[in-house]
Amino acid sequence: MRGYRLWLVVILVIAAISIWLSLPDNPGIHMLGIDRDVKIVQGLDLQGGSRVLLQAAPGTDFDDQTMAQAAKNVERRVNGLGVTEAVVQRQEGGRIIVELPGVRQQAVAFESIKSTGLLEFVDFSTVTAGTIPEGACVLTTEQVMRAEASLPEGVEPKPYDQYTCPSEDLENPVDEPALLQNGQPYRTIMTGAGLSDAAATIQGQLGTQWAVNFVVRDGGDRVDDFLDYVGNNANRPMAIVLDGRLISYPTIQADLAASAQAGTMDGGIITGDFTRDEAQILAAQLKYGALPVPLDIIAFDTIGPSLGQISVDRSIRAGIIGVITVLLFMLIYYRVPGIAAGLALLLFAAINFALFKLIPVTLSLPAITGFLISIGTAVDGNILIFERMKEELRAGRSVDRAIEAGFERAWTSIRDSNISTIIICLILYFFGNAFGASQVQGFAITLGMGLVINLFTAVIATRTILHTIVILAGNRLRESRELLGV
Amino acid sequence: MFQFAQRRKLFFLISACVIIPGLIAMIYSTVKNGSPVKLSIDFTGGTLMEVSFVRNVDEQEVRDTLEEFGLSDYVVQRLDPISTDAIEVTSEPAGSRWQLRFEETDRLDELKAFLQQPERLGEFWSPKSVEEDPTREDAITTSSVSATVGEEVTRAALLATLAVAVIILAFIVFAFRRVPHAFRYGACAIAAMFHDILVTMGVMSILGLLFSWEVDALFLTAILTVVGFSVQDSIVVFDRIRENIPKYRGETYDIIVNRSVLETIHRSIATQLNAVFIMIAILLFGGETIRQFIAILLIGLMSGTYSSIFNAVPLLVAWEKGEIPLVNRGAKHQQEELTTAG
Repeated sequence: MRGYRLWLVVILVIAAISIWLSLPDNPGIHMLGIDRDVKIVQGLDLQGGSRVLLQAAPGTDFDDQTMAQAAKNVERRVNGLGVTEAVVQRQEGGRIIVELPGVRQQAVAFESIKSTGLLEFVDFSTVTAGTIPEGACVLTTEQVMRAEASLPEGVEPKPYDQYTCPSEDLENPVDEPALLQNGQPYRTIMTGAGLSDAAATIQGQLGTQWAVNFVVRDGGDRVDDFLDYVGNNANRPMAIVLDGRLISYPTIQADLAASAQAGTMDGGIITGDFTRDEAQILAAQLKYGALPVPLDIIAFDTIGPSLGQISVDRSIRAGIIGVITVLLFMLIYYRVPGIAAGLALLLFAAINFALFKLIPVTLSLPAITGFLISIGTAVDGNILIFERMKEELRAGRSVDRAIEAGFERAWTSIRDSNISTIIICLILYFFGNAFGASQVQGFAITLGMGLVINLFTAVIATRTILHTIVILAGNRLRESRELLGV
Repeated sequence: MFQFAQRRKLFFLISACVIIPGLIAMIYSTVKNGSPVKLSIDFTGGTLMEVSFVRNVDEQEVRDTLEEFGLSDYVVQRLDPISTDAIEVTSEPAGSRWQLRFEETDRLDELKAFLQQPERLGEFWSPKSVEEDPTREDAITTSSVSATVGEEVTRAALLATLAVAVIILAFIVFAFRRVPHAFRYGACAIAAMFHDILVTMGVMSILGLLFSWEVDALFLTAILTVVGFSVQDSIVVFDRIRENIPKYRGETYDIIVNRSVLETIHRSIATQLNAVFIMIAILLFGGETIRQFIAILLIGLMSGTYSSIFNAVPLLVAWEKGEIPLVNRGAKHQQEELTTAG
């Protein structure tokens, strides 16, 4: 095998990084502008998490259909934050129960469930940059229109200076009055309803600046107003306001204005001082729309695992027993190659585990099943190679040539069977995403990831390790073929 | 030499012996309950009860009590003892607080009394004292809840399976394009896949009728796993056929096929054994709540290995020999063409 020394170095480096990331007390990555905790997130079924009880706000009309729609939107929003596998359930009396795995994202997901997600693009053409702080409470024509439309008949609309934003300070909740422009609300140019898609993205030279990309809906509500504003206000700001709070007011770039005038503009990017979570939440809110019913949070609890703590503990122990049995089997049945396979399998597990923590993938039972199946496939890859090797040895080939032939001949079946399952995972992921079936997604992600990694470890890593063993102890192997399991 | 390809009728018969009773069970169950398998509260919704006990009971006690009462389908989750509900707390906090989800029952009052028996879980805890609230009804709230697995999730899984069938068929036809009749390999792998889905669902349906086994959210995962494993198994055997066809030009198709199965049988057994090791370990030592899931997975995976060797491969031979109804003539015709060309 040519270049095996290089591969050996690559494998050792990958192993070192993966093992470091897999360590239970990994401090996280906090350098080069990256600020990430590295933690394993377990699913609701295994670890429990938090339970948030929502109720339709008092005095609002709701029926089964609107509650079902609200529950669906809530589910898409919370699962839009990544593969979190939240459980959303409707309860009678206009209530929705949301169960969120883990505790880390609690505060963040809380926000995402709660806000109604009214996003506005607001006329800020007269505002000088830097005069209004980001996060300020801003009153707009759209907010006034919505508030006045929901008033019962005969009730006088309140004056503009009595509009407020709910306090963000939980310790000292005093509502904040809204900013006005010469006593009038700011003009809303377009709402989030004019967008067809949105996604969180990374920008900046170091790739650390989170932003939200959006695409306007062709012929959508007030899209023409939006394009007109962008086209006529080059080098002037436009404000982006979410639920009454100013997110940012970027200056419209001259070339964007030109493309709006030319009719070629189809979207843009919202920058702000976003964290990764914030950008993802905003994108999810833009994409999945506002709630048909305003919801209040009425209770918040932590909740135990749905599969039961005792059961989970036992099953994890049992899974470890199972994997050890597999390693023993490989060792006894295939001897020296079994050692190489065992080492490659440990590498495989470490890389997977490191990625679960980095991405992060919520480990629920379906996700772990996906991972276990990928372990099975990893072992299967090695079995295919070793069986082939034995065949070649029995056919009278030399040890070195049999090893090479084993890897080469087994490659097509490993490749095709892995690719077919990777295709299946892509389809499952796509359907899971389209229908908000996050359990299916979790399964598809861990299995698919495992298979891609397997194409590397089962073939290149096992081969390199075995090659190293042959170089170190080749003569002994050539003398006694029992060591190769023949 | 064991004849896999030649004894195909026997193997098809064995599959039929599992699938036909399964199909009958599914039809019977659909007529009786409106669904081919018995659905759990994950799919149907049910009752949600939130309850606190004075005593700090443990999870197993709660499960045992529900089981003893005669509930078979329940999810027990511990809640943190201090509620943020805006109820004024005037007595000591609860020993333990639980969220119980279970199937609809008309014996709710009976259940409440049963839970409170001193030898079972003991008295409910209430934020109000006994004097203020002699019935201590506050300690317990019950309401009906919707399914946690929505209809659209089930539909997504179904659509995904159909999409898998079409795309995998296309992939196999592409991967085997150098082999004569590449389409047959794809079709046989997909047939084996549906065989495995039918076996798994059929067995689950029978177990549902006989022992009230219920299909929960994990069952979807089990089915998807079976789909992936089944295709992978078939491709490994087909790969060997693909390699052997140009190697043994003088041999007839069924002998080449048989040889290929024999050459890969070690691998099939070793891989199957490894999967079985992990699952038996979880069945024996694992927790109760995932036992049914693992059992179903085991059945599905065994079916996957069986169907790739004993269905997919013999089906290829049957197709070659023109034994499959409806596609007979085309196959024979093509064969003649090949002979004249060769």
